[in-house]
Amino acid sequence: MEIPRHWRLKQQRYGLIGEVCPHCDTKIFPPRDICPACGQEAKTSFAFSGRGEVYSFTTIYEAPTGFDETAPYTVALVKLKEGPLVTAQLTDLGETQPEIGMPVEMVTRRLRSDGDERGMLIYGYKFRPVLR
Amino acid sequence: MTDIVIAGIGQTPVGEHWDMSLRSLAFQAIQAAIQDSGGLKPQALYVGNMLAANLSRQAHLGALLADYAGLTGIEAETVEAGGASGGAALRQGYLAVASGLVDVALVAGVEKNTDVIGPDLEAALATLTDADYESIHGLTLTAQAALIARRYMLENHVPADGLAGFPLTAHANGAGNKNAMYRKAIALDLYQKGEPVSEPLNIFDVAPNADGAAALVLTHRELLPKSFPHPVIRLAASTVASDTLALAERSDPLWFAAAQASVEQALQKAGIPREQLDLFEYYDAFSIFAALSLEAAGFAKRGKAWKLAGDGSIALTGQLPCATLGGLKARGNPGGATGVYQAVEAAAQLRGQAGANQVTGARYALIQCLGGPASIAVTHILESMA
Repeated sequence: MEIPRHWRLKQQRYGLIGEVCPHCDTKIFPPRDICPACGQEAKTSFAFSGRGEVYSFTTIYEAPTGFDETAPYTVALVKLKEGPLVTAQLTDLGETQPEIGMPVEMVTRRLRSDGDERGMLIYGYKFRPVLR
Repeated sequence: MTDIVIAGIGQTPVGEHWDMSLRSLAFQAIQAAIQDSGGLKPQALYVGNMLAANLSRQAHLGALLADYAGLTGIEAETVEAGGASGGAALRQGYLAVASGLVDVALVAGVEKNTDVIGPDLEAALATLTDADYESIHGLTLTAQAALIARRYMLENHVPADGLAGFPLTAHANGAGNKNAMYRKAIALDLYQKGEPVSEPLNIFDVAPNADGAAALVLTHRELLPKSFPHPVIRLAASTVASDTLALAERSDPLWFAAAQASVEQALQKAGIPREQLDLFEYYDAFSIFAALSLEAAGFAKRGKAWKLAGDGSIALTGQLPCATLGGLKARGNPGGATGVYQAVEAAAQLRGQAGANQVTGARYALIQCLGGPASIAVTHILESMA
């Protein structure tokens, strides 16, 4: 059980909250307090829209503990509309074959289980094909 | 500053050593290296290890291995830099001797991967990614490489078997190395039929996680015994650079910036142009890493390195032999020992002790190991003083 470790990331996991640099306007995810573009302090919160497109993706068959029950699953680098790349699973694909450039949007889903029946279920962002 | 030399080298075969423990593997390599150095007495031990605390339930390897090797009392500690741990331990040994505070340093890389298999091994390896933003999404090291490879192949119009030259070269060279895990050349059609691991990677694009240990004895040139029996090999450069831990946080995920920076600094330190390098032990944990490492080191234009693997340029007889004793793919990838194996192999090449795989007249060798997708890059240049 690692409750605080996940609890303190709730804004990022559920709301895709990052930062915006007050000096150069770079949008930052995950939050890091130092702007990677200009190196100055950047502590202003910024909520991302959750819209983006697939930069790259792959399928995992041999999964780590905690994910082996859901394997195979697809992970992607998603290029958010506001700029940053984010690592996340693709979900709700149905018959859709993912491809580079595919528009996606953020949804909240279960990320993993803690293993035992009383363990915590950890939720967070995944991305699905944009609904038409 | 005086020359810092590799006085002794030692290694165990790489493979699945069910019968050997972490400590016995390390001892075998340490003993061989000390013997090879003519019996120099180490004052400090730097252990390169990546996952023993997780895979072997054993941390604190400095005390364990110094004592087990009969060196109780000397300075001893572990160095961890993910897959670059072995190179980072060599770097610490180099710094210790260069500082003048340590005359003889022992560097030992060791990893015991095969006591844990399946999801637990994947979970241990995934601790080397960003826990809060990568592994929590189920990302693994292999998947990281696959994400890079898919984008690279699309942007650069690489055919499905375009990276095959890397494992083919590695396996051809592994055939001549008695310490290699895989000692058999493979043909292109076998690669083409390879089972997918994480597309576009197939099983031949991924180096096997294995057990192994390698060791080096470092000292000042003038402290070598009078009767030192080998050609003298100098560390002409030792550099380390870092990049973002998480792949997603890079402005350009298809460029190994840390690899580039550490090679540039190393060439500057050694005072040679890259054309003078006679061989390159790159970090081919995944085929795509070999391609990006060649590009970062300036041996190929961006998006073009895969062609070098196909046209024989990196074969033993090519312009820049790479993975000369099998690389990670065929020698095997014993985690935190890998960077030390690279140094042992490069030293053997420069001494003229590489047997069937000898690169004729080699004087300068470039070696580089990476932690993650070049989140850390450790680079050394070895020079033969013969």
